[in-house]
Amino acid sequence: MKVPEGDRIERRACITGIGQSEIGRRLFRDPLELTIEGCRAAIADAGLTPRDIDGLSTYPGMLDGGPGFNGANATEIHEAMRLELNWFDSGVETAGQLGSVIKACLAVGAGLANHVLCFRSVWEGSAQKLGGRQPIGGPPGSGFRASGSLQWTLPFAAPSAAIWIALFAARHFHEYGTTREQLAQIALNGRRNAALNPNAIYRDPMSMEDYLAVRMISWPFGLFDCDVPCDGTTAFVVSRDERAKDMPHPVVRVEAVGTALHGRSSWDQFDDLTTMANRDAAAHLWSRTELRPADVDVAEIYDGFSFLTLSWLEALGFCPVGEGGRFIEGGQRIALDGELPLNTHGGQLSAGRLHGYGFLHEAVLQLRGDAGARQVAGDPQVAVAAAGGGNTCGCLLVCR
Amino acid sequence: MSGDVVPFRILPRLEALTEAFWQGGRDGELRFNRCGACRLWLHPPVPICPECGAGGITSEAVSGRATVATFTTNHQMWMPGPELPYVVAIVEIEEDPRVRLTTNIVGCEPGDVVIGMSVEVVFEHHADEGGDVWLPLFRPLGATI
Repeated sequence: MKVPEGDRIERRACITGIGQSEIGRRLFRDPLELTIEGCRAAIADAGLTPRDIDGLSTYPGMLDGGPGFNGANATEIHEAMRLELNWFDSGVETAGQLGSVIKACLAVGAGLANHVLCFRSVWEGSAQKLGGRQPIGGPPGSGFRASGSLQWTLPFAAPSAAIWIALFAARHFHEYGTTREQLAQIALNGRRNAALNPNAIYRDPMSMEDYLAVRMISWPFGLFDCDVPCDGTTAFVVSRDERAKDMPHPVVRVEAVGTALHGRSSWDQFDDLTTMANRDAAAHLWSRTELRPADVDVAEIYDGFSFLTLSWLEALGFCPVGEGGRFIEGGQRIALDGELPLNTHGGQLSAGRLHGYGFLHEAVLQLRGDAGARQVAGDPQVAVAAAGGGNTCGCLLVCR
Repeated sequence: MSGDVVPFRILPRLEALTEAFWQGGRDGELRFNRCGACRLWLHPPVPICPECGAGGITSEAVSGRATVATFTTNHQMWMPGPELPYVVAIVEIEEDPRVRLTTNIVGCEPGDVVIGMSVEVVFEHHADEGGDVWLPLFRPLGATI
Protein backbone atom coordinates (compact mmCIF):
# COMPACT_ATOMS: atom_id res chain seq x y z
CA MET A 1 0.00 0.00 0.00
CA LYS A 2 1.27 3.46 -0.90
CA VAL A 3 1.82 6.09 1.73
CA PRO A 4 -0.36 9.13 0.80
CA GLU A 5 1.64 11.64 -1.17
CA GLY A 6 1.07 14.46 1.31
CA ASP A 7 2.64 12.38 4.08
CA ARG A 8 5.94 11.90 2.28
CA ILE A 9 7.73 14.82 3.88
CA GLU A 10 11.15 13.66 2.67
CA ARG A 11 10.06 15.17 -0.66
CA ARG A 12 10.65 18.59 0.81
CA ALA A 13 14.35 17.70 1.04
CA CYS A 14 16.98 18.57 -1.58
CA ILE A 15 20.66 17.76 -1.62
CA THR A 16 22.19 21.11 -2.46
CA GLY A 17 25.80 20.54 -1.49
CA ILE A 18 28.26 17.66 -1.53
CA GLY A 19 31.87 17.61 -0.42
CA GLN A 20 34.78 15.42 0.50
CA SER A 21 38.02 15.98 2.32
CA GLU A 22 41.26 14.58 1.06
CA ILE A 23 40.82 10.81 0.89
CA GLY A 24 43.58 8.26 1.27
CA ARG A 25 44.52 4.85 2.54
CA ARG A 26 46.55 6.38 5.41
CA LEU A 27 46.84 10.16 5.52
CA PHE A 28 48.11 10.57 9.10
CA ARG A 29 46.21 13.85 9.33
CA ASP A 30 44.19 15.09 12.25
CA PRO A 31 40.70 13.54 11.94
CA LEU A 32 38.92 16.68 13.14
CA GLU A 33 40.74 18.70 10.49
CA LEU A 34 39.71 16.19 7.81
CA THR A 35 36.12 16.37 9.02
CA ILE A 36 36.00 20.15 8.91
CA GLU A 37 37.60 20.08 5.45
CA GLY A 38 34.84 17.77 4.14
CA CYS A 39 32.08 19.79 5.82
CA ARG A 40 33.37 23.12 4.51
CA ALA A 41 33.60 21.65 1.01
CA ALA A 42 29.93 20.62 1.10
CA ILE A 43 28.79 24.00 2.45
CA ALA A 44 30.78 25.88 -0.21
CA ASP A 45 29.43 23.55 -2.90
CA ALA A 46 25.91 24.62 -1.91
CA GLY A 47 26.95 28.25 -2.22
CA LEU A 48 26.43 28.74 1.51
CA THR A 49 28.56 29.65 4.51
CA PRO A 50 28.65 27.97 7.93
CA ARG A 51 26.37 30.82 9.15
CA ASP A 52 23.61 29.44 6.90
CA ILE A 53 23.74 25.96 8.45
CA ASP A 54 21.02 25.46 11.06
CA GLY A 55 20.94 21.67 11.31
CA LEU A 56 23.54 18.94 11.90
CA SER A 57 23.38 15.18 11.52
CA THR A 58 26.05 12.51 11.62
CA TYR A 59 26.69 8.80 11.91
CA PRO A 60 27.71 7.25 14.29
CA GLY A 61 28.32 10.08 16.74
CA MET A 62 29.91 9.37 20.07
CA LEU A 63 30.85 5.72 19.84
CA ASP A 64 33.92 3.61 20.36
CA GLY A 65 33.57 1.44 17.29
CA GLY A 66 37.24 0.60 17.05
CA PRO A 67 40.31 2.65 16.07
CA GLY A 68 39.39 5.44 13.67
CA PHE A 69 35.77 4.36 13.26
CA ASN A 70 34.57 7.84 14.14
CA GLY A 71 36.55 10.91 13.08
CA ALA A 72 34.41 13.50 14.89
CA ASN A 73 31.22 13.76 16.91
CA ALA A 74 28.33 16.11 16.16
CA THR A 75 29.17 18.30 19.15
CA GLU A 76 32.83 18.53 18.13
CA ILE A 77 31.84 19.87 14.71
CA HIS A 78 29.25 22.13 16.25
CA GLU A 79 31.98 23.58 18.45
CA ALA A 80 34.76 23.64 15.87
CA MET A 81 32.66 25.37 13.21
CA ARG A 82 30.71 27.62 15.59
CA LEU A 83 27.37 26.51 14.15
CA GLU A 84 24.02 27.83 15.35
CA LEU A 85 21.65 24.88 15.25
CA ASN A 86 17.90 24.55 15.34
CA TRP A 87 18.11 20.77 15.07
CA PHE A 88 20.87 18.20 15.53
CA ASP A 89 21.15 14.45 15.84
CA SER A 90 23.64 11.62 15.78
CA GLY A 91 23.65 7.94 16.59
CA VAL A 92 24.41 4.48 15.41
CA GLU A 93 20.99 2.91 16.07
CA THR A 94 19.36 4.07 12.87
CA ALA A 95 18.56 2.88 9.36
CA GLY A 96 22.15 2.29 8.31
CA GLN A 97 24.85 4.90 7.81
CA LEU A 98 22.57 6.91 5.51
CA GLY A 99 19.92 6.89 8.25
CA SER A 100 21.62 10.07 9.41
CA VAL A 101 20.87 11.72 6.03
CA ILE A 102 17.31 10.38 6.07
CA LYS A 103 16.77 12.00 9.47
CA ALA A 104 18.06 15.27 8.03
CA CYS A 105 15.49 14.97 5.20
CA LEU A 106 12.74 14.55 7.77
CA ALA A 107 14.02 17.49 9.79
CA VAL A 108 13.89 19.89 6.83
CA GLY A 109 10.56 18.37 5.77
CA ALA A 110 9.16 19.11 9.21
CA GLY A 111 10.51 22.65 9.17
CA LEU A 112 12.92 22.12 12.06
CA ALA A 113 15.81 23.34 9.95
CA ASN A 114 16.49 24.83 6.51
CA HIS A 115 20.02 23.63 5.75
CA VAL A 116 21.27 20.51 7.53
CA LEU A 117 24.95 19.61 7.36
CA CYS A 118 25.40 15.81 7.32
CA PHE A 119 28.81 14.16 7.62
CA ARG A 120 30.53 10.81 8.02
CA SER A 121 34.19 10.89 9.00
CA VAL A 122 36.52 7.89 9.09
CA TRP A 123 40.25 7.58 9.73
CA GLU A 124 40.53 3.83 10.15
CA GLY A 125 43.46 3.63 7.75
CA SER A 126 45.76 5.75 9.90
CA ALA A 127 44.36 4.64 13.25
CA GLN A 128 44.87 0.95 12.54
CA LYS A 129 48.47 1.64 11.57
CA LEU A 130 49.24 3.95 14.47
CA GLY A 131 47.69 1.86 17.22
CA GLY A 132 47.87 -1.56 15.67
CA ARG A 133 44.77 -3.70 15.67
CA GLN A 134 44.20 -4.60 19.29
CA PRO A 135 42.63 -7.94 20.13
CA ILE A 136 38.93 -7.48 20.93
CA GLY A 137 38.44 -7.12 24.67
CA GLY A 138 42.19 -6.86 25.22
CA PRO A 139 44.75 -9.64 25.44
CA PRO A 140 43.95 -13.02 27.04
CA GLY A 141 43.95 -12.66 30.81
CA SER A 142 42.40 -9.19 30.82
CA GLY A 143 39.20 -10.60 32.29
CA PHE A 144 36.97 -8.98 29.65
CA ARG A 145 33.59 -10.62 29.27
CA ALA A 146 31.13 -10.13 26.43
CA SER A 147 27.60 -8.92 27.11
CA GLY A 148 24.60 -7.81 25.08
CA SER A 149 24.40 -9.05 21.52
CA LEU A 150 28.16 -9.68 21.31
CA GLN A 151 27.96 -12.51 23.86
CA TRP A 152 26.30 -14.64 21.17
CA THR A 153 29.19 -14.34 18.74
CA LEU A 154 32.47 -13.40 20.48
CA PRO A 155 32.80 -16.64 22.51
CA PHE A 156 32.60 -18.56 19.24
CA ALA A 157 35.51 -16.66 17.70
CA ALA A 158 33.12 -14.76 15.42
CA PRO A 159 33.95 -11.11 16.16
CA SER A 160 33.77 -9.73 12.63
CA ALA A 161 30.98 -8.67 10.30
CA ALA A 162 32.96 -10.60 7.66
CA ILE A 163 31.90 -13.81 9.41
CA TRP A 164 28.35 -12.74 10.17
CA ILE A 165 27.70 -11.72 6.56
CA ALA A 166 29.56 -14.73 5.15
CA LEU A 167 26.98 -16.87 6.95
CA PHE A 168 24.20 -15.18 4.96
CA ALA A 169 26.14 -15.40 1.71
CA ALA A 170 26.77 -19.11 2.26
CA ARG A 171 23.05 -19.74 2.78
CA HIS A 172 22.30 -17.77 -0.41
CA PHE A 173 24.85 -19.88 -2.30
CA HIS A 174 23.20 -23.03 -0.93
CA GLU A 175 19.60 -22.11 -1.72
CA TYR A 176 20.08 -20.37 -5.06
CA GLY A 177 23.26 -21.79 -6.52
CA THR A 178 25.10 -18.46 -6.29
CA THR A 179 28.84 -18.77 -7.03
CA ARG A 180 32.12 -17.04 -6.17
CA GLU A 181 32.52 -16.21 -9.86
CA GLN A 182 29.21 -14.36 -9.79
CA LEU A 183 29.99 -12.57 -6.55
CA ALA A 184 33.33 -11.55 -8.08
CA GLN A 185 31.51 -9.14 -10.39
CA ILE A 186 30.83 -6.76 -7.51
CA ALA A 187 34.57 -6.47 -6.90
CA LEU A 188 35.62 -6.49 -10.57
CA ASN A 189 33.02 -3.90 -11.57
CA GLY A 190 34.09 -1.66 -8.69
CA ARG A 191 37.74 -1.91 -9.69
CA ARG A 192 36.99 -1.09 -13.35
CA ASN A 193 35.09 2.03 -12.29
CA ALA A 194 37.72 3.01 -9.72
CA ALA A 195 40.27 3.24 -12.52
CA LEU A 196 38.25 6.27 -13.72
CA ASN A 197 38.01 7.82 -10.25
CA PRO A 198 41.12 9.82 -9.30
CA ASN A 199 40.11 9.71 -5.61
CA ALA A 200 39.80 5.91 -5.42
CA ILE A 201 42.21 3.95 -3.22
CA TYR A 202 42.79 0.95 -5.49
CA ARG A 203 42.87 1.67 -9.23
CA ASP A 204 45.05 -1.08 -10.69
CA PRO A 205 43.20 -3.59 -12.90
CA MET A 206 41.86 -6.73 -11.21
CA SER A 207 41.12 -9.93 -13.12
CA MET A 208 38.89 -12.85 -12.25
CA GLU A 209 42.09 -14.84 -11.69
CA ASP A 210 43.31 -12.24 -9.19
CA TYR A 211 39.97 -12.37 -7.41
CA LEU A 212 39.85 -16.14 -7.15
CA ALA A 213 43.51 -16.46 -6.12
CA VAL A 214 43.54 -13.97 -3.26
CA ARG A 215 43.69 -15.32 0.30
CA MET A 216 40.45 -16.48 1.85
CA ILE A 217 39.00 -14.57 4.84
CA SER A 218 35.72 -16.33 5.66
CA TRP A 219 34.30 -18.43 2.86
CA PRO A 220 32.87 -17.33 0.47
CA PHE A 221 34.68 -14.04 1.15
CA GLY A 222 38.25 -13.60 0.02
CA LEU A 223 40.18 -10.42 0.72
CA PHE A 224 38.71 -8.69 -2.36
CA ASP A 225 35.17 -9.19 -1.03
CA CYS A 226 36.02 -6.98 1.96
CA ASP A 227 36.26 -3.18 1.72
CA VAL A 228 39.42 -1.21 2.40
CA PRO A 229 39.78 1.01 5.50
CA CYS A 230 40.75 4.57 4.67
CA ASP A 231 40.78 8.16 5.91
CA GLY A 232 38.33 10.79 4.72
CA THR A 233 35.13 12.69 5.29
CA THR A 234 32.09 12.92 3.08
CA ALA A 235 29.49 15.62 3.76
CA PHE A 236 26.18 16.88 2.37
CA VAL A 237 23.95 19.86 2.76
CA VAL A 238 20.30 18.82 2.87
CA SER A 239 18.05 21.82 2.28
CA ARG A 240 14.34 22.51 2.55
CA ASP A 241 12.94 22.87 -0.99
CA GLU A 242 11.87 26.51 -0.68
CA ARG A 243 15.42 27.37 0.42
CA ALA A 244 16.98 25.46 -2.47
CA LYS A 245 16.44 28.05 -5.21
CA ASP A 246 19.22 29.56 -7.30
CA MET A 247 21.84 27.14 -6.04
CA PRO A 248 25.19 26.89 -7.87
CA HIS A 249 24.56 23.27 -8.92
CA PRO A 250 21.49 21.49 -10.23
CA VAL A 251 19.40 20.54 -7.20
CA VAL A 252 18.99 16.83 -6.50
CA ARG A 253 15.72 16.18 -4.74
CA VAL A 254 14.79 13.32 -2.50
CA GLU A 255 11.96 11.25 -3.95
CA ALA A 256 11.60 8.62 -1.21
CA VAL A 257 13.40 6.99 1.71
CA GLY A 258 13.25 3.51 3.24
CA THR A 259 13.95 2.75 6.90
CA ALA A 260 11.94 -0.35 7.82
CA LEU A 261 13.15 -3.11 10.13
CA HIS A 262 10.66 -5.98 10.37
CA GLY A 263 12.90 -9.00 10.94
CA ARG A 264 14.67 -9.73 14.23
CA SER A 265 17.56 -7.50 15.30
CA SER A 266 19.63 -10.53 16.31
CA TRP A 267 21.31 -11.27 12.99
CA ASP A 268 21.32 -15.04 13.51
CA GLN A 269 17.60 -15.05 14.38
CA PHE A 270 16.51 -13.26 11.17
CA ASP A 271 13.60 -15.16 9.64
CA ASP A 272 15.29 -15.63 6.25
CA LEU A 273 19.05 -16.24 6.28
CA THR A 274 19.42 -15.30 2.61
CA THR A 275 18.35 -11.70 3.15
CA MET A 276 18.55 -8.93 5.71
CA ALA A 277 16.74 -5.79 6.82
CA ASN A 278 17.49 -4.37 3.37
CA ARG A 279 14.46 -6.44 2.32
CA ASP A 280 12.30 -4.33 4.65
CA ALA A 281 13.95 -0.96 3.99
CA ALA A 282 13.75 -1.37 0.20
CA ALA A 283 10.07 -2.37 0.26
CA HIS A 284 9.44 0.64 2.47
CA LEU A 285 11.11 2.93 -0.06
CA TRP A 286 8.90 1.69 -2.90
CA SER A 287 5.79 2.27 -0.77
CA ARG A 288 6.62 5.98 -0.79
CA THR A 289 6.94 6.66 -4.53
CA GLU A 290 5.22 5.96 -7.83
CA LEU A 291 8.59 5.27 -9.45
CA ARG A 292 9.60 1.65 -10.00
CA PRO A 293 12.95 -0.16 -10.07
CA ALA A 294 12.93 0.08 -13.88
CA ASP A 295 13.01 3.88 -13.56
CA VAL A 296 16.39 3.85 -11.82
CA ASP A 297 19.27 4.99 -14.02
CA VAL A 298 22.17 4.54 -11.58
CA ALA A 299 22.55 2.36 -8.47
CA GLU A 300 25.08 3.17 -5.74
CA ILE A 301 24.87 0.30 -3.26
CA TYR A 302 26.86 -0.53 -0.15
CA ASP A 303 29.66 -3.05 -0.60
CA GLY A 304 31.33 -3.22 2.78
CA PHE A 305 31.24 -6.89 1.81
CA SER A 306 30.45 -7.88 -1.76
CA PHE A 307 27.41 -9.98 -0.83
CA LEU A 308 25.65 -6.96 0.66
CA THR A 309 25.41 -5.38 -2.80
CA LEU A 310 23.97 -8.55 -4.31
CA SER A 311 21.50 -8.73 -1.46
CA TRP A 312 20.42 -5.10 -1.91
CA LEU A 313 19.97 -5.63 -5.68
CA GLU A 314 17.42 -8.32 -4.88
CA ALA A 315 15.83 -6.34 -2.05
CA LEU A 316 15.39 -3.27 -4.26
CA GLY A 317 13.66 -5.39 -6.90
CA PHE A 318 16.23 -5.08 -9.69
CA CYS A 319 15.95 -8.86 -10.00
CA PRO A 320 13.86 -11.54 -8.29
CA VAL A 321 14.98 -12.86 -4.90
CA GLY A 322 17.59 -15.55 -5.48
CA GLU A 323 18.53 -14.26 -8.94
CA GLY A 324 21.16 -11.79 -7.79
CA GLY A 325 24.06 -14.00 -8.80
CA ARG A 326 22.74 -14.54 -12.31
CA PHE A 327 21.80 -10.83 -12.57
CA ILE A 328 25.40 -9.71 -12.12
CA GLU A 329 27.03 -12.66 -13.88
CA GLY A 330 29.54 -11.56 -16.50
CA GLY A 331 29.32 -7.98 -15.23
CA GLN A 332 27.91 -6.38 -18.41
CA ARG A 333 24.55 -5.49 -16.89
CA ILE A 334 26.10 -3.49 -14.01
CA ALA A 335 28.93 -1.89 -16.01
CA LEU A 336 29.07 1.86 -16.73
CA ASP A 337 27.43 1.23 -20.11
CA GLY A 338 25.12 -1.50 -18.84
CA GLU A 339 21.41 -1.38 -18.12
CA LEU A 340 22.02 -0.65 -14.41
CA PRO A 341 25.37 1.07 -13.83
CA LEU A 342 26.45 0.12 -10.31
CA ASN A 343 28.95 1.66 -7.89
CA THR A 344 30.28 3.94 -10.56
CA HIS A 345 33.01 5.39 -8.30
CA GLY A 346 34.39 1.97 -7.37
CA GLY A 347 32.41 1.30 -4.22
CA GLN A 348 34.05 0.81 -0.86
CA LEU A 349 35.90 -2.24 -2.18
CA SER A 350 38.07 -0.04 -4.40
CA ALA A 351 37.32 3.60 -3.53
CA GLY A 352 37.60 3.12 0.23
CA ARG A 353 35.41 2.54 3.23
CA LEU A 354 33.79 5.98 3.46
CA HIS A 355 30.99 4.10 5.15
CA GLY A 356 27.79 4.61 3.24
CA TYR A 357 28.17 8.30 2.46
CA GLY A 358 30.36 7.66 -0.60
CA PHE A 359 27.41 6.08 -2.39
CA LEU A 360 25.09 9.06 -2.00
CA HIS A 361 27.95 11.41 -2.94
CA GLU A 362 28.43 9.50 -6.18
CA ALA A 363 24.68 9.37 -6.87
CA VAL A 364 24.51 13.18 -6.67
CA LEU A 365 27.59 13.59 -8.89
CA GLN A 366 26.03 11.31 -11.51
CA LEU A 367 22.68 13.13 -11.47
CA ARG A 368 24.46 16.47 -11.80
CA GLY A 369 26.42 15.14 -14.75
CA ASP A 370 29.66 15.95 -12.94
CA ALA A 371 31.18 12.45 -12.68
CA GLY A 372 33.92 13.11 -15.21
CA ALA A 373 35.45 10.11 -16.96
CA ARG A 374 33.02 7.78 -15.21
CA GLN A 375 29.88 9.77 -16.03
CA VAL A 376 27.01 7.50 -17.03
CA ALA A 377 25.76 8.45 -20.50
CA GLY A 378 22.21 9.45 -21.31
CA ASP A 379 21.70 12.17 -18.67
CA PRO A 380 20.62 10.00 -15.73
CA GLN A 381 17.61 11.34 -13.84
CA VAL A 382 17.01 8.81 -11.04
CA ALA A 383 19.50 7.18 -8.70
CA VAL A 384 19.25 4.94 -5.69
CA ALA A 385 21.72 5.09 -2.80
CA ALA A 386 21.55 2.29 -0.25
CA ALA A 387 23.71 1.41 2.71
CA GLY A 388 24.03 -1.03 5.56
CA GLY A 389 23.58 -4.68 6.34
CA GLY A 390 22.14 -6.93 9.00
CA ASN A 391 19.57 -5.04 11.06
CA THR A 392 20.83 -1.60 10.09
CA CYS A 393 19.77 -0.72 6.52
CA GLY A 394 18.48 2.41 4.84
CA CYS A 395 18.05 3.76 1.31
CA LEU A 396 17.17 6.89 -0.62
CA LEU A 397 15.79 7.44 -4.09
CA VAL A 398 17.06 10.73 -5.48
CA CYS A 399 16.11 12.55 -8.69
CA ARG A 400 17.14 15.50 -10.80
CA MET B 1 36.71 -32.41 24.08
CA SER B 2 39.11 -34.82 25.68
CA GLY B 3 42.51 -34.85 24.06
CA ASP B 4 42.08 -31.37 22.57
CA VAL B 5 43.63 -28.24 23.97
CA VAL B 6 40.85 -25.89 25.00
CA PRO B 7 41.48 -22.65 23.05
CA PHE B 8 41.31 -19.15 24.46
CA ARG B 9 37.78 -17.79 24.32
CA ILE B 10 36.21 -14.47 25.25
CA LEU B 11 33.64 -15.60 27.78
CA PRO B 12 30.13 -14.20 28.24
CA ARG B 13 29.22 -12.22 31.31
CA LEU B 14 26.85 -14.25 33.48
CA GLU B 15 23.58 -12.48 34.16
CA ALA B 16 20.27 -13.52 35.70
CA LEU B 17 18.63 -14.12 32.33
CA THR B 18 21.58 -15.85 30.65
CA GLU B 19 23.11 -17.97 33.41
CA ALA B 20 20.95 -21.02 32.69
CA PHE B 21 22.10 -20.99 29.08
CA TRP B 22 25.80 -20.56 29.79
CA GLN B 23 26.00 -22.96 32.73
CA GLY B 24 23.60 -25.71 31.61
CA GLY B 25 26.60 -27.66 30.41
CA ARG B 26 27.57 -28.34 34.03
CA ASP B 27 24.69 -30.84 33.95
CA GLY B 28 25.21 -31.74 30.32
CA GLU B 29 22.08 -29.83 29.34
CA LEU B 30 21.47 -27.24 26.64
CA ARG B 31 18.91 -24.89 28.17
CA PHE B 32 16.87 -22.07 26.71
CA ASN B 33 14.47 -19.64 28.27
CA ARG B 34 10.85 -20.44 27.65
CA CYS B 35 7.55 -18.74 28.30
CA GLY B 36 5.62 -20.71 30.92
CA ALA B 37 2.31 -19.43 29.56
CA CYS B 38 2.46 -19.81 25.76
CA ARG B 39 5.50 -22.15 25.68
CA LEU B 40 7.45 -20.07 23.17
CA TRP B 41 11.22 -20.60 23.28
CA LEU B 42 12.90 -17.26 23.91
CA HIS B 43 16.39 -16.74 22.62
CA PRO B 44 18.22 -14.48 23.17
CA PRO B 45 16.57 -14.29 26.60
CA VAL B 46 14.05 -11.54 27.33
CA PRO B 47 12.28 -10.90 30.65
CA ILE B 48 8.75 -10.72 29.23
CA CYS B 49 7.34 -12.94 26.49
CA PRO B 50 7.02 -10.84 23.29
CA GLU B 51 4.18 -13.07 22.07
CA CYS B 52 1.79 -13.25 25.05
CA GLY B 53 3.24 -10.70 27.48
CA ALA B 54 3.69 -13.15 30.34
CA GLY B 55 6.53 -12.68 32.80
CA GLY B 56 8.14 -15.25 35.04
CA ILE B 57 10.25 -16.75 32.26
CA THR B 58 12.03 -19.99 33.20
CA SER B 59 14.55 -22.19 31.45
CA GLU B 60 14.13 -25.70 30.06
CA ALA B 61 16.49 -28.25 28.61
CA VAL B 62 16.28 -29.28 24.96
CA SER B 63 17.61 -32.44 23.33
CA GLY B 64 20.83 -30.77 22.18
CA ARG B 65 20.24 -31.94 18.61
CA ALA B 66 20.25 -29.35 15.86
CA THR B 67 20.64 -28.80 12.11
CA VAL B 68 23.28 -26.69 10.39
CA ALA B 69 21.40 -23.79 8.73
CA THR B 70 24.54 -22.17 7.35
CA PHE B 71 28.26 -22.05 8.04
CA THR B 72 31.49 -20.40 7.04
CA THR B 73 35.03 -21.68 7.26
CA ASN B 74 37.05 -18.86 8.75
CA HIS B 75 40.69 -18.46 7.71
CA GLN B 76 41.41 -15.07 9.25
CA MET B 77 43.05 -14.62 12.65
CA TRP B 78 40.81 -12.00 14.32
CA MET B 79 41.85 -12.74 17.88
CA PRO B 80 43.42 -15.53 19.90
CA GLY B 81 41.12 -18.53 19.55
CA PRO B 82 40.69 -21.90 17.88
CA GLU B 83 43.26 -23.17 15.42
CA LEU B 84 42.73 -21.93 11.85
CA PRO B 85 40.72 -22.65 9.84
CA TYR B 86 37.65 -23.14 12.00
CA VAL B 87 33.95 -23.39 11.25
CA VAL B 88 31.42 -20.84 12.46
CA ALA B 89 27.87 -22.04 11.93
CA ILE B 90 24.31 -21.06 12.64
CA VAL B 91 22.35 -24.09 13.86
CA GLU B 92 18.61 -24.52 14.35
CA ILE B 93 17.53 -26.53 17.37
CA GLU B 94 15.40 -29.63 16.87
CA GLU B 95 12.59 -28.40 19.11
CA ASP B 96 11.99 -25.18 17.15
CA PRO B 97 13.98 -24.24 14.02
CA ARG B 98 13.22 -20.56 14.69
CA VAL B 99 15.62 -20.79 17.63
CA ARG B 100 19.16 -20.55 16.34
CA LEU B 101 22.66 -20.40 17.77
CA THR B 102 25.85 -19.06 16.31
CA THR B 103 28.43 -21.65 17.29
CA ASN B 104 31.42 -23.69 16.12
CA ILE B 105 31.27 -27.10 14.49
CA VAL B 106 33.91 -29.39 15.99
CA GLY B 107 34.73 -33.07 15.78
CA CYS B 108 35.16 -33.15 12.00
CA GLU B 109 37.22 -31.52 9.29
CA PRO B 110 35.91 -28.12 8.09
CA GLY B 111 35.50 -29.64 4.64
CA ASP B 112 33.07 -32.23 6.00
CA VAL B 113 30.52 -29.68 7.19
CA VAL B 114 27.45 -29.22 4.97
CA ILE B 115 24.25 -27.23 5.31
CA GLY B 116 21.47 -29.49 6.54
CA MET B 117 23.70 -31.86 8.48
CA SER B 118 22.52 -33.11 11.87
CA VAL B 119 24.64 -32.09 14.81
CA GLU B 120 24.56 -32.44 18.58
CA VAL B 121 25.79 -30.24 21.38
CA VAL B 122 29.17 -30.77 23.01
CA PHE B 123 30.17 -28.47 25.83
CA GLU B 124 33.53 -26.76 26.13
CA HIS B 125 34.15 -26.02 29.80
CA HIS B 126 35.97 -22.86 30.83
CA ALA B 127 36.81 -22.59 34.52
CA ASP B 128 37.18 -18.91 35.34
CA GLU B 129 37.07 -16.75 38.42
CA GLY B 130 34.29 -14.68 36.83
CA GLY B 131 32.13 -17.83 36.89
CA ASP B 132 32.51 -21.07 34.97
CA VAL B 133 31.05 -21.21 31.48
CA TRP B 134 30.16 -24.19 29.31
CA LEU B 135 30.14 -23.05 25.66
CA PRO B 136 27.70 -25.05 23.53
CA LEU B 137 29.61 -26.23 20.46
CA PHE B 138 28.22 -28.78 18.01
CA ARG B 139 29.62 -31.93 16.42
CA PRO B 140 28.22 -34.25 13.77
CA LEU B 141 25.47 -36.39 15.30
CA GLY B 142 27.04 -39.59 16.58
CA ALA B 143 30.65 -38.34 16.40
CA THR B 144 32.82 -39.82 19.09
CA ILE B 145 34.97 -36.94 20.24
